This record gives sequence, C-alpha cells and structure tokens, in this order.
Amino acid sequence: MKALEVKNLVKRYGEFEAVKGVSFSVEEGEIFGLIGPNGAGKTTILRILATLIKKSDGEAKIFDLEVGVDDNEIRKIISYLPEEAGAYKNMTGRQYLAFIASFFDGKEILQRGIKISKLGKRIDDKIENYSKGMVRRLLLTRALMTMPKLAILDEPTSGLDVINASEIREMIKRFARNGMTFLISSHNMLEVEYICDRIALIDKGKIIEMDKPEKLKEKYNAKNIEDVFIKAIK
Amino acid sequence: MSLLNIVKKEVKELLTPATVLPVILMFIIFASMGNFFGETAEKAKEMPKIGLVCNDDGNASKIFVDVMEAYCNIVTRNNSIEEVKERKGIALIEVPSNFSSNIENFSKADIKIYWIINDVGISNAFPYETLKNIIDVAEEEIINNILKKREINASFVSNPISKEELTVFKEKEIDVSPSIILQFFSTQSTTVPIIVMIIILTSGGMVITSMGMEKENKTLETLLTLPVKRSNIIAGKIMGAAIVGFIIAMIYMAGFGYYISSFSGEKIDLSTYGFKLDILDYFFISLSLFSSLLAGLSLCIVIGTFAKNYKSAQTLTLPISALAIIPMFIIMFKGFASLPFSLKAIIFAIPFSHPMMAPSFLLLNEYSIVIAGTAYSFIFSLICIAIAAYIFKTDLLLVGRARKRWKFRLV
Repeated sequence: MKALEVKNLVKRYGEFEAVKGVSFSVEEGEIFGLIGPNGAGKTTILRILATLIKKSDGEAKIFDLEVGVDDNEIRKIISYLPEEAGAYKNMTGRQYLAFIASFFDGKEILQRGIKISKLGKRIDDKIENYSKGMVRRLLLTRALMTMPKLAILDEPTSGLDVINASEIREMIKRFARNGMTFLISSHNMLEVEYICDRIALIDKGKIIEMDKPEKLKEKYNAKNIEDVFIKAIK
Repeated sequence: MSLLNIVKKEVKELLTPATVLPVILMFIIFASMGNFFGETAEKAKEMPKIGLVCNDDGNASKIFVDVMEAYCNIVTRNNSIEEVKERKGIALIEVPSNFSSNIENFSKADIKIYWIINDVGISNAFPYETLKNIIDVAEEEIINNILKKREINASFVSNPISKEELTVFKEKEIDVSPSIILQFFSTQSTTVPIIVMIIILTSGGMVITSMGMEKENKTLETLLTLPVKRSNIIAGKIMGAAIVGFIIAMIYMAGFGYYISSFSGEKIDLSTYGFKLDILDYFFISLSLFSSLLAGLSLCIVIGTFAKNYKSAQTLTLPISALAIIPMFIIMFKGFASLPFSLKAIIFAIPFSHPMMAPSFLLLNEYSIVIAGTAYSFIFSLICIAIAAYIFKTDLLLVGRARKRWKFRLV
C-alpha cells in the first residue's frame, strides 16, 4: 500500500490556480521532499493533504483514505507541522505535549514526547520563555511523538540556526529509519538533498521534475539540487 | 473527552494574570468608590457644626435656639467667625435682640448667617443643605406656636388636603403612588441590563480574543489537524470562554454591586401586591440568560473567525458591545411596551435584550414574551453555530474569502 498517492491535484482561489494538476506518490517509510521557491504551491499542497483546506479537483489518498472524504480518519494517522507554527504560550512544554497527547490513545505518548524533545528541565518552563529553536523542537516533538503513519512537515528547519537545524534533520532521519513516512517541503534545496529519498521540484503550481536526488543531479549534470532546479526551470 | 481537553486548554489560555489583574483592579476601584460614597452618605447624616449667638430672650428666639440645639452641634456661643472656623464649623448664626418682638408684631425677623466654606467637594455641600433644612424646621415651629396661641389647628393649616392614593396598574388597584411603582420597576430595568451587558461583553470578548490569539500564535492549523471534531472545537471554545467570562463577570459584578449598594436608599417591596418573582420566574430568567449567552458566544465565534490577530480581535468586539449596550440603554429609559413597532422589532431581534427585560415581564406575569424571546435566542444560537461549523469546515477560516482580481501570495 502506498503511503500517499496524489493524482492531478488542483487548487483554485477564485480565478487563480495555485496548484495545477500535481501528481506524485510516496512509499511507506520514505522521506519525500517538495522543493521549490516561495509561492510555488508547496504549502497549499501540504495544507490540502493535512485536511486543512479543500482541493478544487483531482484525487489524494493517504494510506487508502481519501482526502476530503475520510478527513476525520486521516487526522488520526497524520501529523502536520506548519511552517510558522506556534504553541500555546501560557502552557509549559510538558502541558503542551500533554494537551496534544490527550487526543490520542496511549499513555506512553507523553513520556515519549518528553524524551524526544530533549528539553530537560526546561520542559516545565512556560513556552513563552523558550527560544525559537526550543519552540521548533517542541513542535516537531509534538508532530512525531504520536507516531503518525505520515508526518507532513512544512519547512521543518525554517529560521533555525545550524545546530538546531542539524538536530532536527537527524531526528527526521531517525524516525524514518523506524518506518515513519515523511512529506517535507522546503526551499532549502541542500537540506532536502541531504535528508530526502526522493524529491519533486515544483514551480508555479506544477511538478517539473521528480526522482532521487542523485539521479536528478546525474540527469542535469549538476553539482547539487540547486543547480538542477535552475537548469530544470530554464 | 476531546471536548473537555479543548475547554481546559481554553480556560488555561484565557485565564491568565494579564486578563484577571485588570478586572481585580476594577473591582478594587468600584469597591473603593462604593466605600467612599457610603462614608460620604454617613457623613451627610452627621449634625452640622455651627456657632450660635442669641441676643434675644423672647419666646420665638427660644424656640429657634431649641431647634438649633436639638439638631446642630453648637461649637461656640461667641460671636467669632475665627472660632467657628477653628472648630470646623460651617456657619455662625446670630439672632438679633428684636427677633421675638418683630415676630410677635407680625413683621419679618432677621437672623444673620455667616457661611464658612472649608472645602469645595460635592460631598462638602451636604451639611449646608442640612442646616438650611434645620432652619426651615425652626421656622415651622415658630409658625405652629403663633397659630397655637390663636387656637388654630396648625397641622390642618399646613396640610389642609388629605390624599388617598390608588394607582391602577396592569389590572390591579394598588394603594401607593405611581412614583413608588415606577421606582420599583426602574430598579429592575437598571441593574439587570447592566449585569447582563457585563456578562455578554466579557464572555463574548473572550471567544473573539481566543480566535484572534489562535491565529496570531499560529496554533489554529495544528488544532485543526488533530483528531477532534470541528464541532468539539467550537463547543470547547464557547464553553471555555463562557467559564472564564463568567468568573470575570462575577468579579466585576461583586465590585459593581458594592458600588451600587452605596447609593441605595429605602427598599421598596411590592410583593404584597403580587409583584414578586417565584422559583418558576427565576428558572425562566436563568433560561433566558443562558440562551442569550449562548447566542452571544455563538455570534462571537462567527465574528472571531475573521480575527487575524489579538489586535483585530479587540476591534471585532465593537459590534457585540453595540448590540449589548443599545438595548441596555433603551430598556433602562423606556419600557418595551411603549416603544414604536420598529424599535420593538429591533430590540426583540437582539438576543441580549431578552434577559434584560425578563425580570420586569415576569413580575407582570407576561410569560409568553419571555418564552418567545428565549426560544428565539436558542434558534439564533443554532444558526450561528451552524455558520461557525461551516466556516470551520471550509477554507474561509485559514485563507479568507477568494475575490475576483485578487493577487494571491502563496506561502
């Protein structure tokens, strides 16, 4: 069974077409990256798959559950980390994780979350006193501690320093090794090249290339994915 | 379970020191003001301090001095303004030697009053008014004495007409003046609307603020992707805001109640004439208040979906404030029955009006309008909740409304 299957996905805002018939699929345990510049339509695709907004046309299935039809069931097996997500500032890190865990079955979720977050004693501090890196780590913990079948992460390392970004990339790879499927969007092409098994280059609402990073580099005779992208859109 | 989690989260987010401290401050201000006005009212009952110099030993001056001694605190008998001032007196009264003889000869008798102003506050005016009234009493006593000497019934001369009052009100004949009945009902139509307005504004503001904060703190998207029904999110927000709003409203009302009680004069009891609320009436008032609060909060959650952040949420509370304040003023100054039809329709259409009017209607046994108002508020709530649920299920909540010729910036 495919973890994710998207066919001719379209999203229109009035007359404007933000996503123009996108198709791709993701295998179970795979880290799949959507790469493209700002405004390419990456977040719109992720929001549709996370059941936040409605598709205008096409089809999307997550573990055989149809997006737009089985949304309540899909929400039980996915987690979504928006690009600029925040947490409830009046809560402590522990209270926030407990709040999220309370919507899922399993008492071990909170303990797992505390362990993953690596926030130590700061887990009992109020979130308003956290640094940006700590908040992002807490949010990623929130997204992963429930052990979703599919984790949808929008720009997971956005705005983070080198050390925090590296820690988060390692965390994603570790969970993928244990069988979790990831759909990641980023405009940081070097980062995606490092963590993704396969990538799709997206520009102006369309996928222009899709394959393993090495194969794309080979195809375009490029040093990195950034070069691939530049050559592909020409 | 998920509903309870949302409610707990809402209460935790909304009930913070930042929201509670200003309310406690308001409570302290109201309570202090009430305390101050209470003390002032007590002070007004004190006997005015005066200096009294009597240069006459006739009968009329004796009556005058007796009254002054009975109702005033005489701080000096010397003709010295300085001495009165020193002893915080407010006046020096001098009775001339020809006072009694002039009265006996039916010519006006003069007294000299030197008023001393110690301070200029409103409350400082009370003792001067009290002293004027005491002088009037002294004057009446002198008149009574003159009439008595001529064997005329003084009480008849001063009140030759006896009034037997009977007020017809709502098919009842009540033997009190209309002003007493109107005062009784105006107390109902002043206090209740203010209390209702405070509850609606605080709870409604909480719901809108909650939505604004979810968007500003970028937590809404996460919440919407959790395995929880949209209806539970809406219900959780409404219930959380209602709890916090209720707590805050109680604090406000405690301070406000203390403040209002400092003004309250003689209590009027019309229960002997059938104007009283029984258990069934209180049930209807509670039901009316609950339906109105539910309607208000449901409307607020619809409005709150348009809030982009905390600041815009504060602006969006304005229409709710207007909807709560307008009926409050209309109901306070004019009875519902005497309003023109168009205004009646508007007042009825605003769900917050119904609990404001309910006590007065129930005192008059007009149950049908209270039941109709409560039913209307419940229907209004259901419509608003349905609209909110629709908005939560569509893109409107996160991306707004798509309009033609808009340039979209994709994130």
